[in-house]
Amino acid sequence: MRITRLTAMAGVFALAMAAAACGGGDDSGSGSASGIVGKASKDKKLVFGVKADQPGLGLQTGGTYAGFDIEIAKIVAKGLGVPETGIEYKTTVSANREPFIQQGQVDVVIATYTINDERKKVVNFAGPYYVAGQDLLVPIASTITGPETLAGKKVCSVSGSTPAKRIQTDYKDAKLQQFDSYSKCVTALAAGSVDAVTTDDIILAGYAAQDQYAGKFKVVGKKFSDEPYGIGVKKSDTEGCNKINEILKASATDGSYTAAWNNTLGKSGTPAPELDVTKLTNCA
Amino acid sequence: MDVFSDSANIDTYVTGFLWILKLTAAATVGALVLGVLLAGMRVSPIPVLRGFGTAWVNTFRNTPLTLIVFFCYFGLYSALSLELSDDIDTNNYWLGVIGLSVYTAAFVCEAIRSGINTVPVGQAEAARAIGMSFIQTLTLIILPQAGRAVVAPLGSIFIALAKNATIVGTIGLMESSSAMKELINANGDAVFPIFFVFAGTFAIFLIPTGYAFGWLANRLAVKR
Repeated sequence: MRITRLTAMAGVFALAMAAAACGGGDDSGSGSASGIVGKASKDKKLVFGVKADQPGLGLQTGGTYAGFDIEIAKIVAKGLGVPETGIEYKTTVSANREPFIQQGQVDVVIATYTINDERKKVVNFAGPYYVAGQDLLVPIASTITGPETLAGKKVCSVSGSTPAKRIQTDYKDAKLQQFDSYSKCVTALAAGSVDAVTTDDIILAGYAAQDQYAGKFKVVGKKFSDEPYGIGVKKSDTEGCNKINEILKASATDGSYTAAWNNTLGKSGTPAPELDVTKLTNCA
Repeated sequence: MDVFSDSANIDTYVTGFLWILKLTAAATVGALVLGVLLAGMRVSPIPVLRGFGTAWVNTFRNTPLTLIVFFCYFGLYSALSLELSDDIDTNNYWLGVIGLSVYTAAFVCEAIRSGINTVPVGQAEAARAIGMSFIQTLTLIILPQAGRAVVAPLGSIFIALAKNATIVGTIGLMESSSAMKELINANGDAVFPIFFVFAGTFAIFLIPTGYAFGWLANRLAVKR
């Protein structure tokens, strides 16, 4: 009896491992036929992975998504010949972006997705379509003027994120409070429990522009890092990656990129950035 | 597996599980003490205490733990300025222990109360007949027998507690699940290995714990 039970347990475990291994390994062997260009022209449908909790970038209200990332998604979809009705948005969080792309749960990820070398190993990045930088959000009357004035102050960021890590390694005098979402950080900032919130300037600008916080917070405006935001597709889909870069180039000249900015983040008063088409060179 | 050859990552992993261990240890003590007190209240002859015990159990057993922990930070600390330490991590740790303790105490209380029901009523009657007070009856006669009857269910509660401890990550303690997210965020190429190492570590610690409680339950059981 005991042996039967143990064998059954081992069997279940082995099955689970095998299933997981399949999930992890299925990014290989998908040629250009299953790439996004092929899928877009055949099905007229694409699934975009976007953030759902970042005002100004990707924010879900009810069933609809809005923000700069969403506008970029629309530009990309249009360039690939997918009508707006063929776009499906899927909420991704930072931790599941790579698995979603690898397993084909989403076709394209546009979710404040910083291009870095580890990620390049498993994902093909088009873009950057925007270069953000780490900055600080503080109450209007705060004396904090930049990262070097953070000694002894409580700084909030999302646990495990790149900005949180940078505070831990480069600004050790600051006390780091971590939460699992930026909205909690902003709530704590409003309550005075932390002195500053830190992450990419573009995300902070989105929170500062929210109605309930109007006139309460300011973004310090001193970038202390470069975070190039890319558009992730499957590692094997170089064709799709290059195609997206072409679409981005076109959008910079025909004004749709500027329009996308003005309709979303531009509302906080920040003028539209210049899309640097010479840097669209990350496709593998 | 090169994620786990980097000493900084090993450090994140070890610190994460150390926090879980510390949270579980402190909250086990807290929940056990509170839970026994609550169980005593729920069987006491004083209506106010009975009502208090019932209210506690019904409130905390039916509130999501995430909300309780969230309230510990934004309610106790942020709004009511209950500061337990100057150090942010230590402060969050104790806030987490409070949240886990009050939540788990509700389950401990119910387990012990069910144990009390296994003690034959004649025992209490006999104790009263020889002139023992309620407190004496409870602590000398009923609870020792009740406790032995509920070792196995208490074991399940504490195993659940160890896993629930990951929820304290929502208020910023870098416990194992936050540590896992951090590693996944930095090493997008190794999501599955990281996941299996973290899930496996829980299993390696908790499966033997389960057997240990089973063995203990057998050994301590009151043979009637």
